[in-house]
Amino acid sequence: MTELTRRTLLQTGAAVGALVSMPAILRAQAAPVRIGILQPVTGALAQDGEYGRLGAQIALDEINAAGGIKALGGAKLEVVFGDARSNPEGGTQEVERMEAEKVSAIVGGFASPIVLAASQAASRYNIPYICDVGVSDQIVNRGLTNTFRFGPGFGIVTSTALENLVKLNEAAGKPAKTVVVVHEDGLFGSGMAKLLQAQLPGRGFEILETIAHPTPSRDMSNVALRIRALNPDLVIPSSYYAEFVLLARTMQQQRIRPKGIYAILNGAASNFRFVKEFPDAANLVMDCNHWADPRKPKTAEVRRLAEAGGRFWLYNTPLNYSCVKLLADAIERAGSSDRAKITEALASSTFADHIMPYGPTKFVNGQNQGAAPVNTQVQNGDIKVIFPDAFSDAKPIFPAV
Amino acid sequence: MTGSARLPILIAVIVLALLPLGATSNTLLNFMTFALIVALAAQGWNLLGGYGGQFSFGHAAFFGTGAYAMGLLQVRFGLNPWAAMPVAMLLGAAVGWAIGFLAFRARLRGAYFALVTLAFAEVFRILANAWAFTGAAAGLLVPLKLQAANMQFEDKRLFYWLVLAFVAGALVLTAELARSRFGARLVALRENEDAARALGVDTLRVKLAAITLSAGVTAAAGGLYAQKSLYLDAAIAYGPWISVDALLAPIVGGLGTVFGPLIGALALLGLGELSKMALGNLFGGAVPGIDLIVFGILLILAVAFAPRGLLGLFDRLIRRPRPAEGGEATP
Amino acid sequence: MPFQPGCRRLMLQIDILLSALANGLMTGAVYALIALGLTLVYGVLHVINFAHGATLTAAMFAVWAAHDGLGIDPYVAILILTPLFFALGYALQRFVIGPASHGSDSNILLVTLGLSIVIENALLAAFRSDTRSIDVPYGFSVIELGNLFLPLPKVIAFFASFLVAALLWGLMAHTDIGKAIRAVSREKTGAALSGIPVEHVYAVTFGLGAACLAVAACLLMPTFLVNPRVGNAFVLVAFTIVVLGGMGSVPGALIGGLIIGVVESLSGLYFGESLGQIGIFLIFILVLLVRPAGLFGARA
Repeated sequence: MTELTRRTLLQTGAAVGALVSMPAILRAQAAPVRIGILQPVTGALAQDGEYGRLGAQIALDEINAAGGIKALGGAKLEVVFGDARSNPEGGTQEVERMEAEKVSAIVGGFASPIVLAASQAASRYNIPYICDVGVSDQIVNRGLTNTFRFGPGFGIVTSTALENLVKLNEAAGKPAKTVVVVHEDGLFGSGMAKLLQAQLPGRGFEILETIAHPTPSRDMSNVALRIRALNPDLVIPSSYYAEFVLLARTMQQQRIRPKGIYAILNGAASNFRFVKEFPDAANLVMDCNHWADPRKPKTAEVRRLAEAGGRFWLYNTPLNYSCVKLLADAIERAGSSDRAKITEALASSTFADHIMPYGPTKFVNGQNQGAAPVNTQVQNGDIKVIFPDAFSDAKPIFPAV
Repeated sequence: MTGSARLPILIAVIVLALLPLGATSNTLLNFMTFALIVALAAQGWNLLGGYGGQFSFGHAAFFGTGAYAMGLLQVRFGLNPWAAMPVAMLLGAAVGWAIGFLAFRARLRGAYFALVTLAFAEVFRILANAWAFTGAAAGLLVPLKLQAANMQFEDKRLFYWLVLAFVAGALVLTAELARSRFGARLVALRENEDAARALGVDTLRVKLAAITLSAGVTAAAGGLYAQKSLYLDAAIAYGPWISVDALLAPIVGGLGTVFGPLIGALALLGLGELSKMALGNLFGGAVPGIDLIVFGILLILAVAFAPRGLLGLFDRLIRRPRPAEGGEATP
Repeated sequence: MPFQPGCRRLMLQIDILLSALANGLMTGAVYALIALGLTLVYGVLHVINFAHGATLTAAMFAVWAAHDGLGIDPYVAILILTPLFFALGYALQRFVIGPASHGSDSNILLVTLGLSIVIENALLAAFRSDTRSIDVPYGFSVIELGNLFLPLPKVIAFFASFLVAALLWGLMAHTDIGKAIRAVSREKTGAALSGIPVEHVYAVTFGLGAACLAVAACLLMPTFLVNPRVGNAFVLVAFTIVVLGGMGSVPGALIGGLIIGVVESLSGLYFGESLGQIGIFLIFILVLLVRPAGLFGARA
């Protein structure tokens, strides 16, 4: 037994070691710059991870096709892809591997817990980390100097959503007074609900009820029934894709027609699959969410590339596309693949060539100050931007009934 | 595993301890640290499930209690993590005793016991996700302060060795337990509970002692995990993943053996990581899930060719008679 | 948080309560159908089949593919997918689970878990991560009973689940294979000695379980959706139903399903969906502690 046990352990160790040191190092002429793309492409968050990866890939292909990093003699960007397996430990392990593969920076993470773990692991090696979505404000409030968030956190999202809601309601002659909030019970939905509960009453809305639901939910009929009983003017849902689709369908079935459905960071309300599969249930649903700037010509191009592969147009794609472009710009200005220099370049970035509706980039304590969500509305089978006016391509239709 | 278990334990621990001194990467170190934490949780499971034949599907209840206790004692009560660790283990053990008291007194066995533990773990998960004290859905962030006094080390090898020390402790505990009268009663109970009772074994007391000990060990794993990741939420701490890993590792390695959980955890997680490196990243994530398909197939093949766990396979390969303790338990 | 001001108002609305009750019964019947497969397999093999959720997901994708690719209505698909999944379940047990697990209970756990990982990720690789649904003409049809709007597909699912449970019960009680299944579940060695092909019986049981899932998938899809992980959402609730009804009991699974459906619906209505889930587990724990063999189980 003694001999055996030791051999087992040695073999296991050796096998692991062999593959750890295996990374395919394919050096091109001008030493390429390695970029870690971290997304959850398997497990519960696979959809978001897949669309995020797609956006990053489009950006990398575009940059390389245009001659790579000019300051480094046309060095190509080389992707080191990592699957976080939809959990923080998976994210941490991939960051360790990316460190071993000598990446210059990491982009992605999607979910807040993954971003929290991965950016912390990256900070140990001073790897600059650009968070794509992760809305928890703990991500940028921890004082990690390597961590940057290009998109808005939920503090900004909620206050924007509230301001626009008030504007919307006032412009229509204040038809909405009562509200039911429906939210998934995870980090983003619950955080959102808390902020809404604190702020909605001060803005002239009465919250009749706040209903939490788990993800995944098998059935949203009860939520719909409560809404039916309470008969609010406005429903504010903050859920992932499947649950909102179920809710919207059940509401249609139960003939619940509030004056408006005003979603916040909703997984379905600005998702073309939902719009295509259930045009009636989706029509006139509003959402305050990440969204690409429809006026920029580049947006249409990226969208065409994404849809060419049979994929739908989701916010994860333009957001990750923009994050990679932001990083490439920083590498260009740093003139180096050195992590500290890239971090410095990111911190002083004024990058404006992205396709999000943010204006020039400006990081304060890692948070992009210009980042904000926009309001979209499903109108006749299309998703239109209705707020802010500067980016909008349609007028809001409210109240819906 | 009889009296000669001490030497293999010593050798195994020395080999594992020397690992980070060789030319190894942080990738491997991080993987090994996590794998040892899972192994520790599995060692806890093995005490109850492997030796006692009581299959739990809910060891997340103990892992999560240890993890949350560790985090909350630091964040909410300002306790030093070195002091919080034993408290976390005690709390985990107490939860184990309480669940055991309810379940074993109702004479739940087999799948009924398995599912009731699962239900308790789920209740804990839902509560931790809703209760403001545990940080609710936003989770619990333990501040990053890299000091040895804080059980956060600048040198990651130190944390690895700390985890290894716990695993070594659990190995010794298991080996001693297997030799003891208590261990003999536990195995007797697994083989035939009615017969054990007829022979005068106080089966309720033995089972309660086993689940308490088991929960305490698994809670230690939870506490270490909290200290490793410094972030907890309900799905991480009380999620089914750890219940499944803690159960699988001993089955893969060898049920009711001293080294089964350790070997099983290293093999299982190692296989998952290797298939991810070899396949998942090869396609740049373009074919998501392909590595897990291969992992699943390898798992099935491993069971087909090593039905008595990896330890059983090695025994068979050198044509040794199988040691007596690796019997089957009914879930 | 549990008791909010809205509760009192809701209590008074009788039609909301009735709607919730009706919804609980309709949902519960489909839960029961999913639990039937699990309880049959448990009754015979005495182990929990971890691949149950993934098999359900596979069946739901099959319904989606039949509708999207071939234009086959989900209710028509029952006729095709039920025998197909019976064959699939039979083959899985006969050629994969049985041989790989060498008759050891803990190994069956490992093998079924391995299978679930393979199935789930094969579906992910094949269909991608998107959540898909099908649009049938009757998807939004309702039966109006006063103030109650009962979705037609759910009413159909309710009655169909009863029909399947009755058929299964008849099969177990009155056919040779049913008798063989019961004989094997009671005393395996004795059954084998009296000439019953045990391996075949195991495989048939697995096949029946998978066939139930195919029917459940066809009944669910008109009002539900599918993604590579969707089946997992039903597994835990199916476990609780199996235990509540007594493992191996067909009527137990049906009644257990209805109870869980109603408990889930009412506790969801009054405590919110999130905390309402606790209701299920607490009922489950209480029943087990008081009646360890479940409501209809013979003995533990």
